Amino acid sequence: MPKTASSKLFSPVATMSLGVGLATGLYGISFGALSVSAGLNVWQTQVLSLLMFSGGSQFAFIGVIAGGGPAALGAAVVSAWLLGVRNGFYAVRMAPVLQAVGLKKLIPALLTIDESTAVATSQEAITEQRRGFWLTGLSVFIFWNLMTLVGALLGDALGDPTKWGLDAAAAAAFLGLLWPRLKERQALAVGALAFLVAVLTTPVLPAGLPVILAGVIAVIFGAFELLEKPKES
Amino acid sequence: MNLWTAIFLGSLAVFSWKILGFLVPETVLDHPKVAKIASLLTVALLSALTGVQMLTAHAQIVFDARIPALIVAGMLLAFRAPFILMVAVAAGTAALLRMFL
Repeated sequence: MPKTASSKLFSPVATMSLGVGLATGLYGISFGALSVSAGLNVWQTQVLSLLMFSGGSQFAFIGVIAGGGPAALGAAVVSAWLLGVRNGFYAVRMAPVLQAVGLKKLIPALLTIDESTAVATSQEAITEQRRGFWLTGLSVFIFWNLMTLVGALLGDALGDPTKWGLDAAAAAAFLGLLWPRLKERQALAVGALAFLVAVLTTPVLPAGLPVILAGVIAVIFGAFELLEKPKES
Repeated sequence: MNLWTAIFLGSLAVFSWKILGFLVPETVLDHPKVAKIASLLTVALLSALTGVQMLTAHAQIVFDARIPALIVAGMLLAFRAPFILMVAVAAGTAALLRMFL
């Protein structure tokens, strides 16, 4: 490709940011449709994407409501909160790169998600890390919100969600988010146990609590280092 | 609590982690054991949500078209299919099975 002004505009990190934004936007469609089928309206779905802006937490929030209805709202908030914890680690990583001061921290904080951190940390120079964070954060924010709206309107038009297999789509979405995290023995064991406990306690516990109980298992395994790989000396 | 309250409360709850890292970088979040617990917590919650969404409905354990749909989704993930394709094929599998069975 010849070195023109446009090839400078679309530097490698810019191209990467745009690609990540488009890909993430695509699964914003499934979020929008599933949120409407869980009982939220189009506005409520859109506000979640604008303000919560963290895919895993948003899917958890609507997933718990889909299963438990109005009685599960508290559990939906707690599940979303617990799934958002990794953003805190990303923020610790990004704070020294972005050097935001005072109220200027609010916007980068909102944009601190899996994708923006991943693109930023894949860059060498600190200026490129900063560009990667902002470009990816903004492009994901724009596409995620646009596609949430498309999905929500689509879900509204589809009617009965089970007829279209949207309940299976919701389960598949969680499986897709889970899949890349199942690498180590300990994670596999925790995942399998969490799956069983949540399913088996659903008929007896109040709505939403089975998922939170599964979270307790993770804390126990992590705190007591159960099934952890022996440390190399 | 109504749905709107839950939406704002949940959004604020998620934001609390994000801003915490910017305000106090040298927090307890810096500890490797805390990072380990957080990553296991993510696995457990996502796995529990997969199970509940796949095998329960109206607080009952239910075996239906979602099971074959999830098996297909798992195979697509094993072959590194894109997220949106995998989700769409899972939905289509369940929808087709319900139409014909």
